[in-house]
This record gives sequence, structure tokens and C-alpha cells, in this order.
Amino acid sequence: MPLLWLILIVLGIAAAGYLLGRGRALASVGGDRRALHSLPSYYGANVALKAVVPAVLLLLVWLLAQPFYVNSVVSGLIPDSEIAEGSSRGLVLAEVRRTADGLDAAVAAGQMDEGFAGNAGADAAEVTQKLKDAGQIVTSQITAPILRAAQEYRVQNAAGRLWMAIAVIAVAVLGALWGLRETSAEFRARNVVETGIRALLIGAASIAILTTIGIVLSLVFNTVEFFRLYPASDFFTGLNWAPSFSGRGGASDLGVLPLLWGTFYISIVALAVAVPIGLFSAIYLSEYATPRVRAVAKPMLEILAGIPTIVYGLFALLTVGPLLMTVFGKEGLGWMQAGTAVMTAGLVMGIMLIPFVSSLSDDIINAVPQALRDGAYGLGATKSETIRQVVLPAALPGIVGAILLAASRAIGETMIVVLGAGAAARLSLNPFEAMTTVTAKIVSQLTGDADFASPEALVAFALGMTLFVITLGLNIFALYIVRKYREQYE
Amino acid sequence: MTDATLNSGGESPKNRSLHTLDVRTKRRNRAESRFKAYGIAAILVGIFFLVVLAVSIIRSGAPAFSRTVVDIEFTLTQAQLDEAESQLFKTKAYQTMFIAALKEKLDARGLDVAFDDAAIERLLGKIGGDLRSFYAANPDQVGQAVSFQLPASSRVDGYFKGRVSRDTLQDSRFLMKTDLDLVDALHDAGIVRTAFNSTFITGADSGVDNPGGAGLGASVVGSFFMMLVVLVLSLPIGVAASIYLEEFAPKNRFTDLIEVNISNLAAVPSIVFGILGLAVFIQFMHLPQSAPLVGGLVLTLMTLPTIIISTRASLKSVPPSIRDAALGVGASKMQAVFHHVLPLAMPGILTGTIIGLAQALGETAPLLLIGMVGFVARGYPETVMAGFTEPNSAMPAQIYTWAARADASFYEKAWGGIIILLAFLLAMNIIAIILRRRFERRW
Repeated sequence: MPLLWLILIVLGIAAAGYLLGRGRALASVGGDRRALHSLPSYYGANVALKAVVPAVLLLLVWLLAQPFYVNSVVSGLIPDSEIAEGSSRGLVLAEVRRTADGLDAAVAAGQMDEGFAGNAGADAAEVTQKLKDAGQIVTSQITAPILRAAQEYRVQNAAGRLWMAIAVIAVAVLGALWGLRETSAEFRARNVVETGIRALLIGAASIAILTTIGIVLSLVFNTVEFFRLYPASDFFTGLNWAPSFSGRGGASDLGVLPLLWGTFYISIVALAVAVPIGLFSAIYLSEYATPRVRAVAKPMLEILAGIPTIVYGLFALLTVGPLLMTVFGKEGLGWMQAGTAVMTAGLVMGIMLIPFVSSLSDDIINAVPQALRDGAYGLGATKSETIRQVVLPAALPGIVGAILLAASRAIGETMIVVLGAGAAARLSLNPFEAMTTVTAKIVSQLTGDADFASPEALVAFALGMTLFVITLGLNIFALYIVRKYREQYE
Repeated sequence: MTDATLNSGGESPKNRSLHTLDVRTKRRNRAESRFKAYGIAAILVGIFFLVVLAVSIIRSGAPAFSRTVVDIEFTLTQAQLDEAESQLFKTKAYQTMFIAALKEKLDARGLDVAFDDAAIERLLGKIGGDLRSFYAANPDQVGQAVSFQLPASSRVDGYFKGRVSRDTLQDSRFLMKTDLDLVDALHDAGIVRTAFNSTFITGADSGVDNPGGAGLGASVVGSFFMMLVVLVLSLPIGVAASIYLEEFAPKNRFTDLIEVNISNLAAVPSIVFGILGLAVFIQFMHLPQSAPLVGGLVLTLMTLPTIIISTRASLKSVPPSIRDAALGVGASKMQAVFHHVLPLAMPGILTGTIIGLAQALGETAPLLLIGMVGFVARGYPETVMAGFTEPNSAMPAQIYTWAARADASFYEKAWGGIIILLAFLLAMNIIAIILRRRFERRW
């Protein structure tokens, strides 16, 4: 809550600064606004910007930096002897944080007074008992060093927050005063404000870059961490995927190949469904359909693209799976063991991809110049001959691009395979067997109860990296093909 | 015709009438109609899939909105209350009194079905606790006839919805075959009936063992707070970024870099954004797990490219003459954009934002990674601030949680949840379409 208050205070300072700046500018010319360089509101905005922007920047930097500082101080309080075998400093620090949160919550609930919670001489056992009584989660007996560290953590954090509030407000006030001091009739307020706004616009546009950097860094750091624990060669060439569960011991086999195979197999089935249907729909809609049919059929198909993937996942699990079981299962042909299979997920994913293929191809076919068609008709070709021999070859690069984009969609799709494809990783050619994919395993490795520092959890980041690289490569390749051949007919 | 003149093989063109088609023309015409039929078939298959999807959603989801209730008028006198409170097993005493009242009612209607206390317990669950807390909360109701609507157990519910049938039912401690006779008798007497399940819309998740009481309400609130975060962050950032790229950006390396990044982010699988959220917001910044705030941040990053792309399109559609006119009367570039171009582009921007929000609302995969699945949303957040920072679920995450539970009666809830989710999406898209129709200007 103090954070919210702090932000409100800064905004309040800015609002006051706006009014003061505007008033001061008007006063400096005796109320005759024609004598000012800019409109009065720009003088106000100048003061407000100078109050808000530096203060908010400071706030963000402080919020990011404080945990590092506090962690390093607290970490120094924990002797090496306190770090148990198989544990790490990070885990002990997490324990410290939990204890500190527990103390905070207990104090907030009134079950412990501030003096007791901060008492450096307090008995650890007594604190543990009190925390447990207060309904806080305490994993085990708190040891004395951890309690000391937790208390130090609280002290440091409280101090940090206090200083942050003081510093931020001071910066805001100083900024406002600076802006006010500048205010005079000759001051080019509009130019300054516009430069400031422009900088803010650039900042907003740079968030896209920051996001990419964030994705790449979070993938790379954890992937490197994973490869330190598990050899990269085994990961990329291993034919077996068998993670051991935490606590059960034993080494895990974390080969990515079965997962990649599952991913590609399901994507191929999906494309085998989506490409013919999508392509023929696009051809019909752009070449044959009357405007009326087009106005109805095109949005109908596009609804399929607007449905959330969780719906498709449920559809695969509860409708398509059982349906396929009645045909190919034990009562039917006997090919299928369970409702979740490559076929189930692939079929449903294919349905999801139909509008991707059809919309993109439709646009591309429409972009083929009419003159090409007229030429073909003039030579006596029928409509279908024109389409097959003139329009489609002209549109081919675009269509290939569309299919590649659909493929990248299929590879990155998560919910359908999590619910519809099964959990067993295997290398098999039978489409009626359950297989699993890269995305499904990212979910299961990170939502399980595996310890975050174990290779079983970290492997998800390596899988994410693999996925990121593959989809990125496919997208770039698709765009390259589209760009390279697009202008041929324009 | 061209065909006939070019065709040197076969009979001579002179002997042929234009009115009778030759073999080759017939073949070509057949190929033509075949090709057209493929196209029609493809569209029909696509629409067929859509219809199957819609039908299976509605058919499987509709039962979630109704539930089987036992309608009973029950009077508890003060003497009975005192007696029950004096006993060791208080709730048990309430239950015994209730069952006695039920027996009386059945006898009064001339229904002759034998049943024991255990059967009632299998039918209604342990009702004593509910009764006791009702009378504890409403002491003025003691001595008056109160009509109770008690939800039947999930198996009985399943019996009326066709999930459980007499033939396949195996006697267990949850439901016996003989209980079904009792249920049928009660149904004929109008005591057991199907009612609208308002708990499903307003309630919270109930845990693994109680599918009957599960509701979507709390996760709707979670989704709402998440969308609030997405809206507040992605609209200003997206619009600012688009204005810069469309109106101010010089053609240089940096601009190209931003453009490439945006188009690539639009194609990054959503699960990768989940990994980003997990690593940056939870591991690195220690924000609370499964909080709508974190979900909103992740979805903001995911929605930004969509909003930027649509905003740029609508900025681009404002004709340059507007900018020129503004500049001509002495506006600065910034003033021209903010005072003239932006207001004209606003309907398009809002439409794009709503569509982006609708996309974010249905997104599930990133939410799984930031921990919205392990969490059982048992109640509503208490304050507005807690709505952002306290763990909660979101609609799609809740649906996934239900679909992943072993008990098949949760599947019905998952489908029902999908109906609600799709209703929200539909409403948002309709608003977007109306906005576009009402305000969009063609230049």
C-alpha cells in the first residue's frame, strides 16, 4: 500500500506543479498570454513532467536494486555451516524471506508485537511456535542465524522503503522547483515539453526490445544453468525422455528428440488437415464465391481463429478423443489405446489452423493481378485451369509462407497438446499412440513440484529455448520467402 | 472452341457441331466442376467443424447451469434446537431431526419408500452442519417453517443429467442402486427437482471432492483484475509506441530494430511469454505467484504487438491532408498528432484494443507457468488491492484446472466455464464491431 500512496503523492506534486507553473507563467506577463512563448498549459506541463519522470525512474530503479542490496547484506549474515548438504544459499535465502514475510504478516494480524518480532535476542523456538500459532507457514524449526537474518531482512527492507519514499518525494519536489524556476515569458516551454514527450514515446516503443531481451536473457541464463547440470550433448541427442521426480532420486534421461518428434508429428497431422481445407476454401472464396457467400462463409471460418485454445484443448480431450476411440479403439479397429493421441491433438489443431491458412492464402490469391487471369481466359482456359496453372503458381511463395506461419503456430501451440496428446514421450510412427511435445513438457516440468534449481525443472528453459529458436527461424524464413517473391507480380 | 481448332488429333473440326461437346471438353468441364466441388466441400467441412464445436460446447456445458436440488420445508422448534445443542454430536442431531421431518413429509404424501439415514447422507451429503450454521446465523427463523433448497450430491445430480445410469451404477458408499428408487420417488413427489445453478456463476472453486459447489465467480473476478492491468498498461504503451513508429520515427537502424522485434514478438508462442513471466516477475522480482498482477503483466507483453499493429493501421488510415492542414495553421508536429490525428484514429485504436483484450482473456498457457493452476481460488479477494496481489485464478486457468481433475463431473463444469468465457469474448467482439460500425470513417 505505501507504494500506491507514494505514487499518488508524486502525482499530487505534479498536479500542484502544473497549476503553479501555469500561474507563474501567466503572472510573469501580467496575465497577457500573448507575451508568452508557448501556451500557458505548456509551462504547467513542463513542471509536471520534471516532477514525475525523474521521480518515477528513481522509483523503478530503486525497486529493482533494493532486493539485490538487501540480499547481499542478509546473505553475509548466514554462515556456511547453516547451508545444509544438498541445499544452496539461494534456498536458505528463500527460507529467510519466508520467515520475514511470516513475521510481517503476524505483526499485521496483531498476533505479535513489533518489539517481539524485531527482538534480536528472541528465542528461535519461541518465534517458530508463535508463527505457527499465527497460522503462518513455517517449513521447519527456524534456526537462530535464519531468524537473525530474517530480522535483519525486515530492518533493511523497512529502512530501504523509508529512504526510497524520502528520496522519491525529494526528487519530485526538486524537479518541480527546477521547472518552476525556469518558467519565464521567454522560456521555450512547448519545445521542452515536446522533446520530453518524444522521449517518452521512444521509451514506450523500446519496450518491445526490452521484452525480447527479457525473453532471451531468461531463457539463456537458465539454459546455461541447465547445461551445467546436464550435458548438452545428451540433451540434444538423447533418445529417451524420463525425468525422475524430485525426492525419488535416480538420474533423469532428458533427451529432447522424442519431444521434437512428437511436436513435428502432431504438427504434420495438423497441417495435413488444415492445408487442404484452408487452401481450397481460400480458392473457392476468392475465385468462385459470390459476394454474398463470401460475406457469410469467411467470417464463419474466421470464428475458428478467435476461439481460445483452451476450448480446443477441451474439445480434443472430451469430444474428439472419445469419438476417435469409438472408431479406432478397442470396440472398433483396435488401433488406439486411449483417447489422447497424436491423431486427436493433430486433428483438433488442424481445425484451429484452417482460418490461418485460408485467410492468409485468400489475401495472397486476391493480390494476384487480374490481368494474369484475363490472359489465361483469353487463351481459352477454364476457370479451374486458370487457377491451377496461373493463379496458384503466381501465389505459391505467399502460400508457402502462410503454411510456414501455420506450422510455427502448430509447433508453439500448448493447450491442445497438454490436454489432447497424452504425456508419454515416445518415438513411434503410429499416429494413434499418445505422444508428447516440447510445449506440453515445458508445462509439466514447471508446474510439477520439482525443485526450481534441479535439472528436471531447468530443462523447461532449454526446451523453451529450443522452441523459441525453431519458431523464430520458421517465422523469419516465412517472411523471407514472402518478401523475396512478393514483388514479382506487382 | 480454341480447343477444337488446336486439336489436330481425332476427327476433323469441320465435321463437328459446336452444339455437341466433344470428349475432351466434357472432361475439362467435369474437371472444372470437380474443382469447384472441392472448394465447396472444404468450406462445408470448415463450417461443419465449427458447428460440431458449437454443439458439443452447448450440449456438454448447459448442464453446468442447472443442478438437482432437494426442496424441503422444515420447521425447527426452539425445543429441538436446545436439545440438539445440548448433545455431543450437534450436527448429527440436526440431521436426525431433518430426516425425521423428511420421512413425515413423505408419509403425508402417501409415498412408501423405505430408506435409512445413510441413504439421505448419500443423497444430500452431510447436511447437519449446513442446518446448524443456518440457524446460528438466523435465530429468528427458529420455530418457523423454512423452505430449504439443498443441493443433491454430485452422483444424484449425474443421475438426472444422464451421467450416471442405473445399469452401470456400482454400489458404493457414494450411491447405491436402491437410492435411485428413493430419488425417483422424491422426484415424482416434486421434492427433488432441477433448478438453476447460481452457485456456478457466483461461487468460487470448491476443491477436488465437491464438484457440485464449484463456481466460476472468483476466477471471473481474477480475470477482471488481470484485464484491468492489461488495459491500463498496454493501451497507453501501445498507443505511444505506435505514434512514435508511425509519426516520428526516422528511418534508421534503431527503428528497424523495433519493427523487427514487434513483428517477431507477435509470432512468439504464448508459452514462451509464460517462461518470461516466471523467470523475470516471479524468480527475479519476487512478485507473488498466481497473482492477477503478474498475469496481467505477462499478458500485457503478449498483447502489446497486437495493439501496436492495429493502432498503426488506424493511424495510417488517417489521411495526410489532416496533418498538413494542422501544420499549415501553425500547429507543431506533436500538436498535429495529438490534437488531430489521434482523436480521428481513436475508434480504430479502441477496436484493436478490445480485440487484443479478448485474445488475452482466453489465453491459458502463460497462466499455467505463473502458478495459476496449482491454486484453488476459494473465495473473492477482500479489497481492491488484494484483487491485484492476492493469489487468484482466472477463467481459462480455472477451466483447465477442472478439465485436469480426475472426477468426470468436473468436465461438465469445464464446458460450462467455456460457455461463460465465450459469452465474454462474444460480448467484447460485438462491442468492437459496433464501435467500428458507428465511428469508423472512410476517407
